[in-house]
Order: sequence, then structure tokens, then C-alpha cells
Amino acid sequence: MRIAIVVGFFALVILLAVGLKRDPRAVPSPLIDKPAPAFELPRLGSAERFSPKDMQGKVWMLNVWASWCVTCRDEHPVLVDFARTKRVPLVGLNYKDQDDDARKWLARFGDPYQFSVVDADGRIGIDYGVYGVPETYVIDRKGIIRFKQIGPVTHELLKDKLLPMIAELEK
Amino acid sequence: MIRLAALLAALALACSAVAKEAAPLADDPKVEARLIVIAEELRCLVCQNESLIASRADLAMDLKRQVREQIKAGKSDAEIRDYMVQRYGDFVLYRPPVKSTTLLLWAGPFALLVAGFCAVWMFVRRRRSAQEPTLSGEQEARADQLLSSRAEHPGR
Repeated sequence: MRIAIVVGFFALVILLAVGLKRDPRAVPSPLIDKPAPAFELPRLGSAERFSPKDMQGKVWMLNVWASWCVTCRDEHPVLVDFARTKRVPLVGLNYKDQDDDARKWLARFGDPYQFSVVDADGRIGIDYGVYGVPETYVIDRKGIIRFKQIGPVTHELLKDKLLPMIAELEK
Repeated sequence: MIRLAALLAALALACSAVAKEAAPLADDPKVEARLIVIAEELRCLVCQNESLIASRADLAMDLKRQVREQIKAGKSDAEIRDYMVQRYGDFVLYRPPVKSTTLLLWAGPFALLVAGFCAVWMFVRRRRSAQEPTLSGEQEARADQLLSSRAEHPGR
């Protein structure tokens, strides 16, 4: 009986310890393994439009960013480094931003994106379940979302998770 | 005197500028009433302990706009909730459906309660059985002896 109490106690401790270590702000996305929601948006600083189906057949990444987003600034050098490797196309979703501010921001900190699309009123962001910028999606050749990073992409995440995943998806 | 008149005139001007009728919050009170019912049951993703209706966060405002549009488009409450769940998952609902991933959430408190009752019951039962020790004849005689010796020497 005493053993039952000890086991119960430790089970509770482990449950709470696991709970403490998890990020309560990270909400698992229901969009994983679902098709990336369709959209057609103008590109930043260009008259051309972009739709996710233009990327059909390619593994690519969609990064949600904004010039007003402080964490994006921390993330940005990682993306710039990543873009230099030209591993996969990186498309920016400029979320609820002013075009001018966005362009200035890219001019100042470097532009890692193949191009950015403009989601001025945040509707496409909502379709993608965006609730905190930055967020990053890995989308496979068939246009299925395979991974979502909530919060900044780090060098560690790229090395340990994203790059192996991309290699796997490109097989 | 002229100064006073100028002051009064300036005041009157300022008052007339302020005294504008407050703009109504909603153009359609019916839509707003339904929005309140729906959005009270939805969680704000940014400030996660707040309901969507209570939150003033930017995203919450956008989501409320989205819900308003869907109400106007004639969507049912269930359809609107589905719309939110498709994008943000069950987490967005304050009363998520019971399924394998939410089982711990729903059953956990009751399981803990039952475990607590079991623990109390076992504790009480053990104490009760330990409370009434039976004395052997010898022990009883010794106890009587001690008690009587104490009675013989009060104050010791």
C-alpha cells in the first residue's frame, strides 16, 4: 500500500515536471499533414502575385514576419544565413505590416526571402493559424504542411530538425 | 473682459469639439449578441487565459472580425467554431471535445479526486485499526498498578 502511495506521488511529480518543461504558448497546429491553405497575394514591391501552388513539386518554407515584430529581428540573421545556402526556397509572409516599413526593414537587415507576399489585413495569417509572429512552415512537394515552428527559427532547430526533415522530404 | 470672453469662446469651442455622439460599437446589435455568445467560448490565442470576447489583442480583434463576417454570411455557430478549430485546434475551445488527446484533461481531475479519496480512506482505516490496542492480561495488570501508584502519590 505504501508502494502505491509512493508510485502515485512520483507519477504526479513526473506529470507536473513534464508540464513545467513544456512551453504553454506552443499550441499544436491542426494544420500539420494538411494541405497548405490556398491564397493569392501580391508580392512585396512587385506587381506579381504568388500562390502556394506555384511551389508545387518543391519543398519550400514559408516564414511569417513583420517589421514590427521584435523576435523576427533576432531570428533574421539565422534566415539570412540559411538563405545563403540556397537549400530550399524561403518565402516571406509579411503579416499585418506597412509595405514601406517592410521594405526598409529588409534593406536594413538583409533580405533572405526569394520574395515576400503581403498579407496586410492578416487574413491569410488566420488561415494558417498564425497567432504569434514569427512562425515558419515547412511545406512538401505536394503542398502539405509538414512542420510548423512557432517562434524564431534557430541555428539548432535548422541543423537538428529542419535540414534533416527537408532532406527526407526531398527523397 | 475681452480676455474672459475669449476664454469662454475657446471653452465653448472645445466643448463642442468633444461633445460628439459616441459611435455605436456595432452596426448590427443582433450580430454582436451572437458574437458575444460564440466568442465567450473561444480562447484568445495571444493572451491565453482570456476569452476572445474579453481580449483587446490585435489578433483577437481580427478573429472577432472574422466571426462577425461569418455570422453575417449566415454561418451556424457550429460552423464558426469548426472554422476556428480547423485553424487553431481544439485548444481554441474552452470546452474541447472529449477524445484521446483531451482525455487526461477531462478525466484527470476526477482521477485525482478518486485517488485522493482512496488515500484518505486507507489512512483512516489504518489509523482506526491502530487506535484500539488490545492489552494482554499482564500488561493490563501493570497499567492498573501504575495508575494506582500515581493516585497514591499525587503531585508527582
